[in-house]
Order: sequence, then C-alpha cells, then structure tokens
Amino acid sequence: MATGTEPPTTERHPRAGGVRAAGRAAIAAPHLRTDRWWLAPAATAAGLLAFVVYSTWRAFAGADYYAAPYVSPFYSPCLAENCEPMKGGPNWEIFGSWWGISPAIIILVFPLGFRLTCYYYRKAYYRGFWASPPACAVAEPHKKYTGETRFPLILQNIHRYFFYAAIPVAGILTYDTVLAFRDERYDWGHMGLGTLVFVVNIVLIWAYTLSCHSCRHIVGGKLKHFSRHPVRYRMWQFAGKLNARHMLLAWTSLASVALADLYVYLVASGVFEDPRFF
Amino acid sequence: MSGYEARFKVWRGDAHGGGLEDFRVEVNEGEVVLDIIHRLQATQAPDLAVRWNCKAGKCGSCSAEINGRPRLMCMTRMSVFTREETVTVTPLRAFPVVRDLVTDVGFNYRKAREVPAFVPPAGVGPGEYRMMQEDVDRSQEFRKCIECFLCQDTCHVVRDHEENKAAFAGPRFLMRIAELDMHPLDAAAESGVDRKRTAQDEHGLGYCNITKCCTEVCPEGIKITDNALIPLKERAVDRKYDPLVWLGSKIRRRSSAG
Ligand code: SF4
Ligand code: SF4
Ligand code: FES
Ligand code: FES
Repeated sequence: MATGTEPPTTERHPRAGGVRAAGRAAIAAPHLRTDRWWLAPAATAAGLLAFVVYSTWRAFAGADYYAAPYVSPFYSPCLAENCEPMKGGPNWEIFGSWWGISPAIIILVFPLGFRLTCYYYRKAYYRGFWASPPACAVAEPHKKYTGETRFPLILQNIHRYFFYAAIPVAGILTYDTVLAFRDERYDWGHMGLGTLVFVVNIVLIWAYTLSCHSCRHIVGGKLKHFSRHPVRYRMWQFAGKLNARHMLLAWTSLASVALADLYVYLVASGVFEDPRFF
Repeated sequence: MSGYEARFKVWRGDAHGGGLEDFRVEVNEGEVVLDIIHRLQATQAPDLAVRWNCKAGKCGSCSAEINGRPRLMCMTRMSVFTREETVTVTPLRAFPVVRDLVTDVGFNYRKAREVPAFVPPAGVGPGEYRMMQEDVDRSQEFRKCIECFLCQDTCHVVRDHEENKAAFAGPRFLMRIAELDMHPLDAAAESGVDRKRTAQDEHGLGYCNITKCCTEVCPEGIKITDNALIPLKERAVDRKYDPLVWLGSKIRRRSSAG
C-alpha cells in the first residue's frame, strides 16, 4: 500500500488546509460551482452598505428630522435638550444640554444592537462582508475559524436583551404613528401621505420584531411540553409563522424605516409638501 | 425529448492523488446523475467506485458534489442542466476520499456516538410511552433525516477547517441534541446530563455561525438552522448567559420541565 511518499497519479496535493487538506480528494480549485453564487452575497453587502451610509449621514445630521406632525424614526424618542420641539411627541430631556451631537445617536444604539445581533443579519454579514463562508461549498479565505465561541462574537448571545429593548422602541414608534393622524396644526383626525408611510413602517417593524428567533424561544420555544401550555403553544405557532419570513421582514422593515426617515427629511427640508388626504 | 451525448467530468483517484477525467456519455429523458454514473460503469469505466443503494433519495448513500454543489446523485435530474453544460461530479470534499466518488464518512459516526442517547423516563416501561402530537412535532421534523451527511459536508466549520473536526459535532448531530432536548420523555436532565449546556461546551454549538448552508443542501428539506440550531443556541443562552432565567430557576427550583 501507499506510504504517502510516492507521487500522486494526476494532481499533486497542494498541501493546504480546508478542502485541500491531505486525505481529501485532490482538487486544487477552492470550489467547482458554476452558478452565480457570488450574486447573493454581493447584493446583500451592497444593500447593507447602502443602508449604513444613508443612516450614518442622517443620524449625524441632527437636522430636518421633524416636519409636524411627523418625526423621523431615527430621532424618536428624542432624549436631549437640543431636540426640536414636537408637540405631544416623545421627547424627554433625559440627556440635558451637555449632549452636543445629534440626539439620534442616543436611541439608535438599541435598534442598531438589535439588528447587529439578529440571527438573520448575522448570516447576511458573515456571508456578505466576512466571506465566512461567501456561499455554500465555496471555500472561505480565512486560515482559522472559531465562529461564535470567543470574544467578541460570543457577545451575539445577548441578542434577547436587544429584543426586550426593541419592544418599547417599537411602542414609541407606534405612538409616533398615532400622532401622525394630526395635521400640521396638531388638529386630530387627519391623514396625509406621510401617515400612510408611517403606518406601513410600523406594521413592518412590529412584524420584524415579533418574528425574532429570541421572541419565538421566549414565548414558547423553550418549553418541552406544549400540551401543558396551550396559550404559549399558540403564541409559539404565531411567532413561528412570522419567523419563517424573518429575512423578508428584516429587509422590508429596514427599507421602510429608511423611507419613513427620507420622507420626513424631504418634507422638513422643503423639497415637497406632504399631500393631505383629509 | 430524445437522448443526447453529454459532457461529464468525474473525479477519479484515491487518498494519494487523482483528478477530473473527461467523459462523453449518452443521456436519455428522465434520467438522473446516478443513471449516468452507472452508464459510465457499464460502458467506459468498469472500475469506477460509487456508493448507492435505494435510488429513491431515502438511503443517503449517493451523496456527491455536482457542479460544486453537495447533492444526492439519485435525486439530481439531468434536465436541470443544459445540453451544452459540462457536468462535474466529485466526491464529498469535507471527508477523506477512499476511491473515486466514495468517501470515508466515519467522522459522522464518531460524532453520532458522542451524543448521549435518549434517557428513558423513570417509572415508565417500554410500551407505556404516551406523548401528545404537539409535543413531538418538532422532533419528528428532525427524524426525517436520511443521514446523507450533505449538511456535514457543506458546513464550512469543518469543510474549510479540518482542525475543527475534533470540537464540532456538525449540523446533523447538533440537530440530534436539539431533538432529544425537545423530546417530551427524555430524562437526561434528571440523570445529570444538561443537553443545553453540553451542546455548547462539548459539541461545539458556538462554532456554528448560522449561515444556513446545512439547510440549503438538506435533501429532506429540514429547516436545520431555524428549527434546530437557533433554538438550541437560545436554550444554551438560557443556561449560560441569561441571569434572569438563571435566577428564576434558582428561586422556583423547577427542574428543566416546562
Ligand atoms: S448553519 Fe451552522 S451548522 Fe449549518 S452549515 Fe452553517 S455554520 Fe454549519
Ligand atoms: S439533516 Fe438533511 S442533509 Fe443532514 S444528514 Fe440529514 S437528511 Fe442529510
Ligand atoms: S431580530 Fe432577527 S433573530 Fe431576533
Ligand atoms: S441512492 Fe439512496 S439516496 Fe441516492
């Protein structure tokens, strides 16, 4: 039998790690996929990057985020003294006058943390930005891999706390949507195009939040016996139905929150006037 | 549709070396890749090694990589390829090759043995097990597994990092742990085995970065990541990173039952 020292028949072993490790079928190519496997990670990376660029600009701008009765979701609740006055709106000066930069930064930490540790977005950026792996059965370029076993990625395990925090945040955005049923003079019972934008956004935000894997676990997934907890079983089933669409909800709610902000920006900066329905 | 002559590249060799060999071979309507491999055996390469059994997608023997994608040869119809396309067939690239398309999948059997078996509940004899359907639905999805090990082959944790094989059980066996932890009658906790904690501490759950390739290739369509791995990660969090759950269990002194 072979001792491993005689020359191989056709292709030499490149003697590297991974799919080229000794003992595995000698194939030099890191992958043999012939489809457009790079399209999905490239599109994901482009989409995430576009959102990051847009939201960074808007979050640090500190302007054009309020056009009565609409407040941009990036700036709600507004927690510093330098917030624009919003009648009835969620602005409490918890952070006083010492807060010099844009007030959006205070509150954005929570949705940012929620989405950064989200199981779907993790998949998206591990594949899209970190190429770990770029696509299935396509060799990743890293020499070592420890996944989520060590600092910092072990911190992904705190995702459920961001889920808890996401509920009051969604609650406040719901309140903003209620406030959007006023007109620019704060009279109730009116609706404009912006109101519609806000309603669509808040529905998507709630659907995304409730479709969270941690939510599915907390409401019932952690149980061993569903039969002993019929109500939680129903809740788990409902969360599961939403959860199956978690990726779709992650993208649509990301787009809707950016669009809601863009809408407020365009109205506040005077590009166009909010078309009123009644 | 009538028959045509297709271009194939099939990997041939053993642990010491080998390469892709070109073939031109007849393809008829309704055939699958395994049929073509059999035709090569019958006509051009009588010593071509291939493992198969049921030709019905149920035994999990014929796993290979077709155009770079881990698939069952018997469930891959030739009609998914164009007539001009060259179809490349290689053995699974995460496991040591034995010969041609046959790999040594012993890694998976070793990992299977490392998972503590179902622990029968005290005071319930064989034949006396009674379970509600809603309590076994989750485990039953995982029982559809045909042990083709395509998921194990695709998972980049071991595919791209041989050195992780010692620490990582792989999606198929992490799913087995999830199945047992969700099993309404499993008494592992009472016997001192904490499946939630050991999933992470001993079977390498933390290596999985939930990128879902196992789910993408599973021929049984099991939602491995969403229904087994992520729930198992959440269960490990209950044990290891959630002071609220920890405190609650200390106060209420309720065992893992729910
Ligand atoms: S989801 Fe986890 S177990 Fe499945 S292939 Fe990806 S890293 Fe491996
Ligand atoms: S889980 Fe799916 S891919 Fe993995 S061994 Fe079972 S049937 Fe095959
Ligand atoms: S928000 Fe995506 S998993 Fe929790
Ligand atoms: S031969 Fe049994 S699964 Fe393909």
